[in-house]
Amino acid sequence: MSSPLVAPPIAKTKALYCPNCGGPVEFRGFGHALTVVCPQCLSVLDASSTLLKIVQQAQDEQSRRTPLIPLGTRGKWAGATWEVIGFQTRSVEDEDITYEWEEYLLFNPYKGFRYLTNYQGHWNFVTPVESLPERRAIGSRPAVVFEGVTYKHFSGAEATTVFVLGEFPWRVKAGEEVLADDFVHPPLVLSSETTKDEVTWSKGEYTSGSDIWKAFALPGSAPKPQGVYLNQTSPYAGKVGGVWGLFALMLMALVVIAIMFAVLSRGDTVFDEHYHYATSDRGEPSFVTKVFNLEGRTSNLELTINTNLQNDWAYFNLALINEATGDAFDFGREVSYYTGVDSDGSWSEGGRLSSGLIPHVPPGRYYLRVEPEMEGSEPPPAKSTPAAAAPATTTNPQSPHPNTFKARTLPVKSKSVYYEIVLRHDVPSYGWFWIAALLLLIPPIFSTIRAASFETRRWSTSDYSPTSGGG
Amino acid sequence: MSAPQANCPSCGAPVTFRWSSAVQTVCPFCHSILVRDDLNLTNVGKVADLPPDPSPIQLLTSGTYNNKKFDVIGRIIYEYEQGSWNEWHIVFSDGTSGWLSDAQLQYAVSFLVPNIALPSENQVFRGTHFNFANIDFEVSTITMATYKGVEGELPFPFYGKSNMLFADLRTPSNDFATLDYSDQAAPMLFIGKTVPYEALQLQNVRQFEGWA
Repeated sequence: MSSPLVAPPIAKTKALYCPNCGGPVEFRGFGHALTVVCPQCLSVLDASSTLLKIVQQAQDEQSRRTPLIPLGTRGKWAGATWEVIGFQTRSVEDEDITYEWEEYLLFNPYKGFRYLTNYQGHWNFVTPVESLPERRAIGSRPAVVFEGVTYKHFSGAEATTVFVLGEFPWRVKAGEEVLADDFVHPPLVLSSETTKDEVTWSKGEYTSGSDIWKAFALPGSAPKPQGVYLNQTSPYAGKVGGVWGLFALMLMALVVIAIMFAVLSRGDTVFDEHYHYATSDRGEPSFVTKVFNLEGRTSNLELTINTNLQNDWAYFNLALINEATGDAFDFGREVSYYTGVDSDGSWSEGGRLSSGLIPHVPPGRYYLRVEPEMEGSEPPPAKSTPAAAAPATTTNPQSPHPNTFKARTLPVKSKSVYYEIVLRHDVPSYGWFWIAALLLLIPPIFSTIRAASFETRRWSTSDYSPTSGGG
Repeated sequence: MSAPQANCPSCGAPVTFRWSSAVQTVCPFCHSILVRDDLNLTNVGKVADLPPDPSPIQLLTSGTYNNKKFDVIGRIIYEYEQGSWNEWHIVFSDGTSGWLSDAQLQYAVSFLVPNIALPSENQVFRGTHFNFANIDFEVSTITMATYKGVEGELPFPFYGKSNMLFADLRTPSNDFATLDYSDQAAPMLFIGKTVPYEALQLQNVRQFEGWA
């Protein structure tokens, strides 16, 4: 025969009477309570024996707070049922501002104790930590490492218990102080409480109020969170990189499109002729070129003038004329190229070559009218003036170019230039590419700034705020 | 496992040992504390009524640790300034014994580490580091405790002690140790791990009213 083991009776909740006001005091924690608060007179009672003793008579009615989740409420969280059995508010002071938050003690007779904390609509589900997180430092800033995660120190302050209600498995009373430190790694926070006897750690996970309202079947809706909380996940966290990644992808797509345009553009050379001009040439400097044909779609026409200028300039009055309609597109190109050597070494300015784009040229037959000018050229002929027809043999110092004012007083040698005019039809252009790339940059830059500003707001209430002295 | 049997020297009721190495047990009928010397049982006192206890663990609760099954066969209840805690004596199927502690529903399983040089009581302070079994432990709490009751079978005689010093040692991970100065001349070291409730896979636990 084996020993009859008498199983302990089913554990029952109990009720006792308040030694201060005589009202009933209910227990929900099956004898874990060391402290219980009389719900009637708010006296804090020592519950270590069935003979309740007054620890603190009748907390000031002024400090009474009403828990958003009433005592006795049960909810499901992380696969277990939890009952709210205790409630306290605590506060810290920083530069004359008092920050007060709520703590709900959750109980499961098998799994133990957890907490919910609430500061201005920001909730955390908190689990006690039995290990000792490893203290480290990031630069001059304290940090702790726990379960392979590094938490940065956020703030440390004396936390004062303002109000207690319900029951607690430890000794607590209003006015008590502990040193509370928070280390953050959103959405996690690792908190330590230091008394003269011990350091206790807990780990909180940021939780939306609406999830808590659902889990505890609370009426109405959760109060909206105010501001940015210390371990709140940034809505931009991990997204900034993604936005930049998207930017990179779209830039690549843009490059592909640009390459396609380059490939699809005909870029045919439709005209390529060599000319010579000298100010000493007799006769009218302007002339018309041979006719050339633009085929295919309406597209741009790239004109390039390639010269042999050296320390000189030339100006070309140009007109693209449609042979059939006589429509003319007038434009001008200046080419100037100067080089030399000075105390800084050799230098050069300008170039021998100039090119430009004429947009939207319909297909058809065209020719160019070209009128070169150099220092010492005749002034451009006015159509109505008979003098305009005079042979350009004089060395009139008058020049259309303002840089050449010296020429007004000095006799000028005859000048000449060899030049080539090349026309390419339907060439790829890249201006749109750069504009599109700049536009694409806006979202990633914007979200980078937004993310940084969120972090600035988060850290503004920490001990490391750049905008305040901290506490 | 053999089940040596004897009769309670106090009330005569049959007393069975579930664990052959048990040195102490409590008569389930008259609550006498019985210390065994071979098969002779000596009545060394009586257990006062155990205080109402909120632990979900009870005698004959079974569970699993490190993939090994264990049964709860005894316990020591300690009281200290911040309440009380249980050291449940557990025995594995291979006959080894260890302890499952339940302090405010935080659980740890640990085993006696014999034949090891230990610091004396006055060398142990909160924050002191000790290296045991190649693990760097830090003393996290020092507790002065008093015996509050025993139940079932224990591996050593234990009753009526007070003012016992315990040091809890922890690490950045779940390694856990206790330095036990209940016998100042022969301190004991227990090393183990903190364990979440779910991991213990406990069977035959207590029922709580309103918690199905």
